Amino acid sequence: MRPFFAGARDTIPMLLGAAPFGLIFGTLAIGAGLPVWFTLGLSALVFAGSSQFVAVSLLSSGAVVPVIWLTTFVVNLRHALYSATLLPYARTLPARWRWALAFWLTDETFAVVENQLRQRSSLHDGARYWLGSSLAMYVNWQVWTLAGVLLGQSVPGLASLGLDFAMVATFAAIVALQLRDRSVLCAALAAGTVALLARDLPYKLGLMLAAIAGVTTGMLAEAWLGRTDAPAPEETP
Amino acid sequence: MNSTSALVLVLAGMVVVTYGIRLSFLVFGHRLTFPGWLERALRYVPAAILTALVVPMALAPQGVIDLSLHNAYLPGTVAAGALALMSRQTLAAIVGGFLVYGLWRWLLV
Repeated sequence: MRPFFAGARDTIPMLLGAAPFGLIFGTLAIGAGLPVWFTLGLSALVFAGSSQFVAVSLLSSGAVVPVIWLTTFVVNLRHALYSATLLPYARTLPARWRWALAFWLTDETFAVVENQLRQRSSLHDGARYWLGSSLAMYVNWQVWTLAGVLLGQSVPGLASLGLDFAMVATFAAIVALQLRDRSVLCAALAAGTVALLARDLPYKLGLMLAAIAGVTTGMLAEAWLGRTDAPAPEETP
Repeated sequence: MNSTSALVLVLAGMVVVTYGIRLSFLVFGHRLTFPGWLERALRYVPAAILTALVVPMALAPQGVIDLSLHNAYLPGTVAAGALALMSRQTLAAIVGGFLVYGLWRWLLV
């Protein structure tokens, strides 16, 4: 099979996993009263699911623009780690390839591509594999966002049906899966407590305070309890 | 807020920030190193941010802490989290949490 299609094929499980979130995202954003161009623009140009959800949540609670930017930075900073991890494979690529592949770098494509490239000694045709995975994720995300937007538009008053709760449920379900790690649990407890106490601070600054408290607590807990999860991450260059 | 110009600003900033992060090492990598402490810190960011968004919405949906039976957000959120932990299926947990929330509102409001 040609590498481009192999990359897309190996990403199919990730496509299925992302589909409902694209659908929920599009529906929620429209339900929150955001314009169609903005909703589709987030998916097409930012292309980072969790930060898109968080931005919609912050916009509907009246956060100011710099807080949304700062939150986006914090939420998406993990992509720098992916960027660093994949660099050894991408070093030999022309700059335009690296600029393009960086634009499409997501959790899912990172997982698929890193796993594939780790088993090879050099890039070979890995760039096309990487591109195949990237474009599959990208097209999938656009299609499901659009489906969500259409759904949101066809059911007016969706917000009054408790769509704001769908966001809470989505976040709660995602976070619950991480809480088996004790230091992550400590981080979540600290962040939740600070967020509750600081909820009346202006500009949604409480969210930043809570994030700082959570991350600090998580790192302290990790130092005291030791790492509770299994494999150590790979050395980054 | 949420005027067109504000939304353009939000979108443009998010694009610059996100693309900048993704470009960092792949394009400017020879000038950067990734510190180990930051790598450890990043593990806690998703849980911290998401919990910080969930807890106030679940416990104080109207801005005031509400632990009464009339706050359907709380049982719905607990159900979504518990279902995720038990089933490991995110989507089933979201749907289940939403059903609990809807039923709760329907029965009590």
